[in-house]
Amino acid sequence: MSSWVERFARAGACAALASIALGAAASADRYPGIGRPATPKEIAAWDIDVRPDFKGLPAGSGSVAQGQKIWEAQCASCHGVFGESNEVFAPLIGGTTAEDIKTGRVRHLAEPAYPQRTMMMKLAQVSTLWDYIRRAMPWNAPKSLSVDEVYAVTAYVLNLGGVVADDFTLDERNIAAVQARLPNRHGLATNHAMWPGRGLAGAAGRPDVSATACVVNCPVEPRVASLLPEHARDAHGNLAQQNRGVGPQRGADTSRPGTPLAAAPAPAAVATGALALAQKLSCTACHGVDSKIVGPAFRDIAGRYGNRGDAVAYLAQKIQQGGAGAWGAVPMPPQAVSADDAQVLGRWLAEEFKR
Amino acid sequence: MSGDHVAFERGLGGRLRKAPEGFIDAAGVRQVFAEGRQGRRDFVRGAFAAAVAAAAAGGASRAGAQANPVPPEGGDPAILNLPPHTTGLGQPVVTDGYGKPSQHEANVQRRQSPGLTPTRQASVSFAPLQSLFGIVTPSGLHFERHHQGWWDVDPSRHRLMVNGSDDRIVKKPLVFTVDELMRLPSVSRFHFIECGANTGMEWGNVAVPTCQYTHGMISCSEFTGVPLRTVLEMAGADFKRGRFVLAEGADGSSMTRTIPMELVESGEVLLAYGQNGEMLRPENGYPLRLVVPGVQGVSWVKYLRRIEVGDQPYGAKDEVLHYVDLMPDGTHRQYTSTQECKSVVTTPSGGQVLLDKGYCQISGLAWSGRGKVRRVDVTTDGGRSWKAARLQDPVMHKCLTRFTLDWAWDGKPALVQSRAIDETGYVQPTYRQLRAVRGTRSIYHNNAVQTWLVQESGEVRNVQLG
Repeated sequence: MSSWVERFARAGACAALASIALGAAASADRYPGIGRPATPKEIAAWDIDVRPDFKGLPAGSGSVAQGQKIWEAQCASCHGVFGESNEVFAPLIGGTTAEDIKTGRVRHLAEPAYPQRTMMMKLAQVSTLWDYIRRAMPWNAPKSLSVDEVYAVTAYVLNLGGVVADDFTLDERNIAAVQARLPNRHGLATNHAMWPGRGLAGAAGRPDVSATACVVNCPVEPRVASLLPEHARDAHGNLAQQNRGVGPQRGADTSRPGTPLAAAPAPAAVATGALALAQKLSCTACHGVDSKIVGPAFRDIAGRYGNRGDAVAYLAQKIQQGGAGAWGAVPMPPQAVSADDAQVLGRWLAEEFKR
Repeated sequence: MSGDHVAFERGLGGRLRKAPEGFIDAAGVRQVFAEGRQGRRDFVRGAFAAAVAAAAAGGASRAGAQANPVPPEGGDPAILNLPPHTTGLGQPVVTDGYGKPSQHEANVQRRQSPGLTPTRQASVSFAPLQSLFGIVTPSGLHFERHHQGWWDVDPSRHRLMVNGSDDRIVKKPLVFTVDELMRLPSVSRFHFIECGANTGMEWGNVAVPTCQYTHGMISCSEFTGVPLRTVLEMAGADFKRGRFVLAEGADGSSMTRTIPMELVESGEVLLAYGQNGEMLRPENGYPLRLVVPGVQGVSWVKYLRRIEVGDQPYGAKDEVLHYVDLMPDGTHRQYTSTQECKSVVTTPSGGQVLLDKGYCQISGLAWSGRGKVRRVDVTTDGGRSWKAARLQDPVMHKCLTRFTLDWAWDGKPALVQSRAIDETGYVQPTYRQLRAVRGTRSIYHNNAVQTWLVQESGEVRNVQLG
């Protein structure tokens, strides 16, 4: 019969083993009253991810033609009618060929001189496209598309990329066949040492880049091969205003050539008032003060409408209701802006730029 | 599609091919080419010494701004004439219930790189590394990366859900309130967070002027939270089959990223609510974000609403289309998460002007996503000879380490670099070594040695040697 001490030690060891083997059960009991079971309804509301093996993909369908309608109403203003826009966001479509669809590798990705890398050139998993449209698009109203609408928009994008035909209808049963036609489906690799875990195919044990730490008489790169030209010194603004005004150094005064030290750097301006409101309401995502982005510059809007007798009311109404055709092909959707905020912005547009 | 990083990537991609022409106007481009025809390119390609001397000749002579002479009247007016703050009554307590920096510090701001992104909701701002001391980034200066704008989320309405990719992989899917998470046993740890695209604009050539823009997508904080392992154990996760974890945000982008279970099991991955003694800032994911030490910032999902345990990686948008590393053969490396060992000298650094010759402390930051920094070497002659820098205590795991080196600047051109080595023995590479393997067209994971050229004028410029 074992002594009390031995029994105690053995019990302790067992307890330690148990806490390793049954960590889950032990933990669940360790923090009583914290957390509660998620209901199926809650899980269905949030668990929207779709994996590369299509686990999580809900049943549904949408045609290229249906997708085109949704696209032109809700997507084209940022991405262009044919996914070609380079104004707000980089082009989605372009750079892939029928040959790429056969090989599963986009040839232009290997060509340093090729000027652009579009979404379609990189897309290796169709699940990724479907998942992202569903969770994050349209950009200013994410998760507003129905499952069928997501299928339709996905089908339209794939059609623009030449992956599916004009009369195609995408659904949960044929999406795997579409995957087998993606131009860059074989374009990804995991043969590296930068995944801090196991379980990736071909993962390497050692880093790919190896350097040595020479200390004396080391070989040096013989030339200054790249630097900003003199006239680009202030491309990031006056650097004198971007450094502390006390200490062992100052920021270089890049507002004037050849004079590194400024007399007294002034703090940079911070947006206040209506401009700050325009930023808060995301107007500035599409409109610059002096420059066209996807919509016209605030200054240009003011120039065209600021002298109307009813300028404030007209502009406030335009902000709330949107419009089309006045500034080119891209329509402005109605904006969810309160009447008060619309008045403030309308007044600002009508008056600020007269000065 | 492409609500966010496409634009960012385009900005970077444009830079990589065209910078500096990529962000100057048409007239500027013509000037570059005109200068090129007249021999500026020859100057750039000239011998090392000639280049240094020629570049230095471009600036004006150094102003003696920091001279501290005794004036003819026998004393400094700043000493002789007592100022109002010495002779008057100051301000009362609680003038500001949450204090702000001195008004004289207004230049120290996080900033955008002009033209990098076309919108401010899918964009980044860079932390002003050149103005920071020690290793902690003040929370208001922490770099920002938003994919679909930021929100100030009401913590009383925020929930965290833990579930599985199938019914067996998590026995008991759970829901937590923020109150409940804050009741669980917590830890506080210092870690750096670096965007995978930090220094991405410089893969091909010099594109930006200061270390704020070259390296400012890194910050370091003390994070407080609950190990993710704790709540996975509470939910009865199958750690044998569930080797991948999906993290998902509650904002419009609902960011998703795959995290390896090995990191979760190590206890390092945190459900964090605290940052530098206060709650997370809204721009950094208030009230809950994932902390994944050593891994690129995109995995530190903000406004964290859901954790899913699965038996496969998830191929999220930022694991297939972005945050993939383009290699010379046209393949994209996927799931490149670890931030490899890297360093940068922050004083002196690009865009600064040294006020005088003489003593100058070189100071900078080093870090590694694989553990502790073991050593940092610094050179002032472009890499011919190196000295070991002092590492400032504490040197912590997957955390910024501050290094310093005494230097006497002789007023001549100098090429200042730092090179970090981590506890695995990995040595931070030069651009030549990095590009030999990965080419110049990637956007992510540029950890090359940074070079600053100190000109005779005292002005410091960002340069790349080759």
